Amino acid sequence: MKISVVVTLKKAVLDPQGTTIMKALKGMNFNNVHEVRQGKFFEIEIEEKDKKKAEDQVSQMCDKLLANLVIEDYKIIGSQ
Amino acid sequence: MNSSVIIFPGSNCDRDMDVALKKFGFKNKMVWHEDTKLPKSDLVVLPGGFSYGDYLRCGSMASKSKIIKSVIDFAKSGGLLMGICNGFQILTETELLPGVLLRNKFSEFICKNVFVKINNNENKYFKKITKQTLKLHIAHNEGNYFCTKNQMKEIEDNNQIALFYCNKKGEVKDEYNPNGSSKNIAGIFNKEKNILGMMPHPERMIDEYLSGEDGSLFFENLLNNLK
Repeated sequence: MKISVVVTLKKAVLDPQGTTIMKALKGMNFNNVHEVRQGKFFEIEIEEKDKKKAEDQVSQMCDKLLANLVIEDYKIIGSQ
Repeated sequence: MNSSVIIFPGSNCDRDMDVALKKFGFKNKMVWHEDTKLPKSDLVVLPGGFSYGDYLRCGSMASKSKIIKSVIDFAKSGGLLMGICNGFQILTETELLPGVLLRNKFSEFICKNVFVKINNNENKYFKKITKQTLKLHIAHNEGNYFCTKNQMKEIEDNNQIALFYCNKKGEVKDEYNPNGSSKNIAGIFNKEKNILGMMPHPERMIDEYLSGEDGSLFFENLLNNLK
């Protein structure tokens, strides 16, 4: 089973990379861009047929390694 | 006194630290990240650099390395554990220290000398040190200290702030904050004060002709406090 996860910075956390990207986009005449937040995307291939079990495992991976919960949130966005 | 410096793939201040520790009289051993046991140590150092290429988040892979369990056990039993720069990032990722080091506020790698003010002398690291403001070197991309409100309250209640960025006179103000760190924090302790994480590199300030000597002051004082 393949589980897709996105990890994003919490709203209150400063994202200088996102801000820099936004400025570059504005410089390219995308003038209506207000904010860019950069995150991470993971695709995890896991040998597990039960969707719930696979997602539970990936949640644990996020809690323990893939995300730092002081500054980041994660969301499982697909399981196939 | 025996010290150990852990080497991760990508560490690049390990040898500088080795030189500094030996210069002031520590018997230092280098320990590879794939080892599982620490040699007998009075001090363990996680050096600066880019452990595991800073993959995922700075310090995150090192915080799951083979050697780290022994390092955590050592610190939890009261051993002195110091993390410099990337070592500080590793300490927050292992959750031995609260908070996290974010990317610098102004999106630039900072490499320069700074002044830091010692906030707490009641510990093995800074007890009896003769200066309150030290001139040290910083070189980092992720040194912007951040923690939750609850963590900050706990840090302040337990007097866990070790160093503040300041000016030559020791004034702690926004304008002397190089990277956007909360409250100008350059280093913190755990509650028990045996674990110290700091962004500045004392090992780069041990020669009056090359750089400066406030690092010498730090290491000499630390050794005396351990005797």
